[in-house]
Amino acid sequence: MGQFKPTPHDPDARGHFGPWGGRFVPEALIAAVDELAAEYDKARLDPEFVGEFQRLLKDFAGRPSLLTEAPKFAERAGTRVFLKREDLNHTGSHKINNVLGQALLTKRMGKKRVIAETGAGQHGVATATACALLGLDCVVYMGELDTERQALNVARMRLLGAEVIPVKSGSRTLKDAINEALRDWVTNVDETHYLLGTAAGPHPFPLLVRDFHRVIGIEAREQILEKAGRLPDAVVACVGGGSNAIGIFHGFIDDADVRLVGVEPGGSGLDSGSHGATLTAGTPGSLHGAMSYVMQDEDGQITEAHSISAGLDYPGVGPEHSHLKDIGRAEYFPVTDAEAMEAFALLSRTEGIIPAIESSHALAGALKLGPSLGPDGLLVVNLSGRGDKDMDTAVKYFGLADGGQA
Amino acid sequence: MSLSDVFSTARAESRAALIGYLPAGYPTVDGSKDHLRSMIESGCDLVEVGLPFSDPVMDGPTIQAAAEQALSAGFRVRDLFDVVSAVSDAGGRAVVMTYWNPVLRYGVDAFARDLAAAGGLGIITPDLVPDEADDWMAASEAHGLDRIFLVAPSSTEERVAMTARASSGFLYATAVMGVTGARDVVSSAAPELVGRVREHTSLPVGVGLGVRSGAQAAEIAGFADGVIVGSAFVSAVAEGETAVRALAADLAKGVRSAAATV
Repeated sequence: MGQFKPTPHDPDARGHFGPWGGRFVPEALIAAVDELAAEYDKARLDPEFVGEFQRLLKDFAGRPSLLTEAPKFAERAGTRVFLKREDLNHTGSHKINNVLGQALLTKRMGKKRVIAETGAGQHGVATATACALLGLDCVVYMGELDTERQALNVARMRLLGAEVIPVKSGSRTLKDAINEALRDWVTNVDETHYLLGTAAGPHPFPLLVRDFHRVIGIEAREQILEKAGRLPDAVVACVGGGSNAIGIFHGFIDDADVRLVGVEPGGSGLDSGSHGATLTAGTPGSLHGAMSYVMQDEDGQITEAHSISAGLDYPGVGPEHSHLKDIGRAEYFPVTDAEAMEAFALLSRTEGIIPAIESSHALAGALKLGPSLGPDGLLVVNLSGRGDKDMDTAVKYFGLADGGQA
Repeated sequence: MSLSDVFSTARAESRAALIGYLPAGYPTVDGSKDHLRSMIESGCDLVEVGLPFSDPVMDGPTIQAAAEQALSAGFRVRDLFDVVSAVSDAGGRAVVMTYWNPVLRYGVDAFARDLAAAGGLGIITPDLVPDEADDWMAASEAHGLDRIFLVAPSSTEERVAMTARASSGFLYATAVMGVTGARDVVSSAAPELVGRVREHTSLPVGVGLGVRSGAQAAEIAGFADGVIVGSAFVSAVAEGETAVRALAADLAKGVRSAAATV
């Protein structure tokens, strides 16, 4: 039950991590988030719930995921590198941890209908999978632009029995899909659970999404001690909304000597203005129900994020990351699209592992950090997902269809 | 003139107050001033001036599209105060309805200061609950503005009571679970919610979400102190000033025809 044990790092009763988090939602949704928080408080202490969750992680998702050393990749990083293989989970990323947990909570609350947002489609596919497994109705909101970019994932969700609704408002991407899911939720809240895909949103989402992903860090800590005989110098993860990062960070958060490093999508570079580096370049604000760093203009209008990785293409970030940045427990820096794609190709070629472009940001971060640690250093990189879904992007980026070479 | 005067005047005439909404900057900044003045001249006792926001999660397609149009035409937050001034200079009364992030970004105290200076009477806050409103409580006290929080059919008794205590001017009761947008029938949840609110407060109660006709206004006026109309005005603006005036007049007649049935 270690995964669900209350920690000194939990938010206060109203969901505040320092000045961050809370609930900036319409009153109409307060009853639903209160119900969810109360149900989660009971479930996290209920051996039956925890047991069922752990059984699904093991027998359905395929946990524990491996910790793989990457020696040839490490030659380029100049330090020793281990990869936490969330790419090997069922549905291909860490997302399955959270959706199984929330789908079980949905059943506990007696609700029959699940809605979700998705950007690249990973969370949508994972949600559709959990709903198929547990017999829940599933509706996924996806920006119209993303349904075009990720047609294969749309097909996957439909095959799994989910209804996919293209969102035509605003920038027609992830943030607009979240807006539309919130509108659905406020209208149908009695019978519907909003299965939010990242550690953001109103309390209790940042807490429970984090806890469902804490398994990543718990496993990784045990595995690195066993394989390397010591704790790593740093744990590196990509940060869009920040769910995979917060999950692995928590395994090491009380190990003061382990640096927690979040890598943000730098897009075409911070100077270009075309990026999604919310923690590096954003300012405090409220978006999608919580106070956190956000990307906004001087009038408080939310600006569009840009990243080659659809899963990191989000102008907000989970509130606990804002807190960890402020108190100095975690550090965040961006890498560009080009740096991420170079790491994507490098891991594929050197280790025979095609990473998700999201996770490639963490790999690029490791390449930057490595030289300062030297050959005696030790890094754990969260390989949050696999790159199958990104082949269209890779084909275009590297010109692979024309005989190009990455 | 304060918000309580708006409601006591209506009450003295044994009717509900008519409250009309339009986003500032829609269809243009000057256009919104003209339309808001028309709404007041044709029977709105109070106008809600909306602040267009990039991510309006409580709004349906009509108001979303209006906000998008205003923003792409270059609307700035400072234009809001200009629009509110135009309303108050014309003898009208205005509150602002806004999502919270633009207020945070402007500075809660500075926003309250500039709104009060423009003659605005208060703020309706669709995504700010009293639990998170410490700064706004202080700023509204400092600048003499009313705080209009929302209650919903899903609000518990405790939350209705707490929200009523935190509010001033009036309480905004959302008639249905859902987003803004004109609907054909008045929800049965509305009278029940207003009844629950009255057990906790003597503040006036305005009912909104989905009202578009004089007949619906009359029905709501039978149990509420204020009838709030938004999307229908936005749609009327697209048809022109004559439609705006006609809608306001129809609704004004509606809020006056319920008294006998109470």
